[in-house]
Amino acid sequence: MAVVRSPKDFVAGLMFIVVGIAAIVIASNYTLGTAARMGPGYFPRILGILMITLGAILALRSFKLKGEPLPGWRWKPVLVVLGSVVIFGAIVNWAGLVLSTVLLIVMSSAASHEFRPKEAVISGILLAILAVGVFVIGLKLQIGIWPGGH
Amino acid sequence: MDLLNHLALGFSVALAGVNLLYAFIGVVLGTLIGVLPGIGPVATIAMLLPTTYALQPVSALIMLAGIYYGAQYGGSTTAILINMPGESSSVVTCLDGHKLALKGQAGAALTIAALGSFFAGTVATILVASVAIPLSELALKFGPAEYFSLMVLGLIGAVVLAHGSLLKAIAMIILGLLLGIVGTDVNSGVPRFAFGIPELTDGIGVVTVAMGLFGFAEIIGNLEVTQAREMVSAKIKGFWLTKEQFRKAWPAVLRGTGLGSILGVLPGGGAMLSSFASYTLEKKIAKDPSEFGNGAIQGVAGPESANNAGAQTSFIPLLTLGIPENAVMALMVGAMTIHNIQPGPQVMTSNPSLFWGLIASMWVGNLMLVVLNLPLIGMWIKLLQVPYRMLYPAILLFCSIGVYSINNTNMDIYLTVLFGLIGVVFVKLECEPAPLLLGFVLGPMMEENLRRALLLSRGDPFVFFTRPLSLAMLVMAALLVLVIVLPNVRRTRKEAFQEEA
Repeated sequence: MAVVRSPKDFVAGLMFIVVGIAAIVIASNYTLGTAARMGPGYFPRILGILMITLGAILALRSFKLKGEPLPGWRWKPVLVVLGSVVIFGAIVNWAGLVLSTVLLIVMSSAASHEFRPKEAVISGILLAILAVGVFVIGLKLQIGIWPGGH
Repeated sequence: MDLLNHLALGFSVALAGVNLLYAFIGVVLGTLIGVLPGIGPVATIAMLLPTTYALQPVSALIMLAGIYYGAQYGGSTTAILINMPGESSSVVTCLDGHKLALKGQAGAALTIAALGSFFAGTVATILVASVAIPLSELALKFGPAEYFSLMVLGLIGAVVLAHGSLLKAIAMIILGLLLGIVGTDVNSGVPRFAFGIPELTDGIGVVTVAMGLFGFAEIIGNLEVTQAREMVSAKIKGFWLTKEQFRKAWPAVLRGTGLGSILGVLPGGGAMLSSFASYTLEKKIAKDPSEFGNGAIQGVAGPESANNAGAQTSFIPLLTLGIPENAVMALMVGAMTIHNIQPGPQVMTSNPSLFWGLIASMWVGNLMLVVLNLPLIGMWIKLLQVPYRMLYPAILLFCSIGVYSINNTNMDIYLTVLFGLIGVVFVKLECEPAPLLLGFVLGPMMEENLRRALLLSRGDPFVFFTRPLSLAMLVMAALLVLVIVLPNVRRTRKEAFQEEA
């Protein structure tokens, strides 16, 4: 029975195949045109075919070549870091730069195994002052400082 | 002397007050991130790119360039003093640099690293200035077919010299090219891969991709490792080299500069490859190879000169041909596009003060680095004591504000997060993100040139093989792939990289 000997390559191969198929399916809505007069769908389809081919070689080769197992996945840093940035993006418009900065700093600090709440709050406040100084006053970016866009 | 006139123009721009200030900010920031492990030049340049909107284009480019070569200086400081490479291009400097520090010769190692870098920077600046004109003239003769083939060669070359699986790297290029298509097609006005999201019809920003794949993914990767950093700080006694050390070091500086200048120009080259290659070379030709790893001064002088030379000459393909050859240069393309400058051979003629100003600023920046760094080493070491748990939230903040400010839209923040997640998956699957970024930047140019070439040839694909220059470049690309795929070569390549790591 065939056994996957290089899981990293196998999964990467599958990923490329899926992307390639998706590209071709979506690009089928765009005009293909001819080689001399390419439509918007021509180049994406070429790339989709290349993507699938490379993905397939990679996946098939993983039955033969030996590789390392898939590494473990620690969810906490991924979720906390990315989650706090998403929340920053969601609230910065109405909460203003100061509050959203403090929230981002405190939340994202929690991803570290040596999280110290008090220190995080202080650094959040200092960075909020710095951010307002640099980005709003210095670089004149259009971001409100306080809730309500003031 | 044309060259002298050009350089005079360049220095008049680079020495203007504002530009001097931005060069200074760039090299200081570069040194800072070079000193700090866990954040590299790609993420930093991505982070700061949005803040350069308000600047003059030339000031913006001078600052961003300063970050890249400044990082080469900073990286060596921590490598020597605490055995921790602040930058991947300083990994080999740890080997002998830190051994010297343990012997009480940290000052000598730092001095030769700084002087070697400065010498390399000076040579590289002259080299960039002198090959710029002939290369640009050559590039102006290129038709769409030649450009397309050049990009193929550039992309293939970039992955052949990179480490890791060649197949995966090529797949990552294609993925990058696909991502580059997202947005409105210039020829037909059809929005492609936009999924009905209005923000996507303008395409994805290079900052978004780079910040997610490099910045966010790096932070998450660092947080997954729970071990604490240990610091064994060495005392600095004096900055002078002994006569014996000087006699050994200067030929290594010359060789490192030469090697770095050449490797910097090649696709995929740049600072990191240059320093690895130089260390290997120095070890091979040394009279007493056993010195290496025990504090050989050549092991610091060579690689440190090479990485700075490589960092600077990697601007050559970008400035003359408009082709970025590593991830940092891909971001420089982004920076130029933001300021409405189409990178390519025409920049020199249409915007000479920007072109020569940028080149001259590299030398000025190098001079600042030498003058500033040695006296400021104590301060950099203090900065290292800022723990990572306080550093990364600040990086996240500046990334978030930066990416938001590009278009004042939250969508860009969400996209960056998405690329951060994708970046984590890439790390797990050992897929290098740098080729993707190159493909992403070159994608639209590649499609455009492919279209034009085939339009001119009435759809005949052999146009790429019948035009001699185009054929030559494709043959070179094919040879590069063959060289790697041939099994015995692959074996030695593997060994070479293991030795380096």
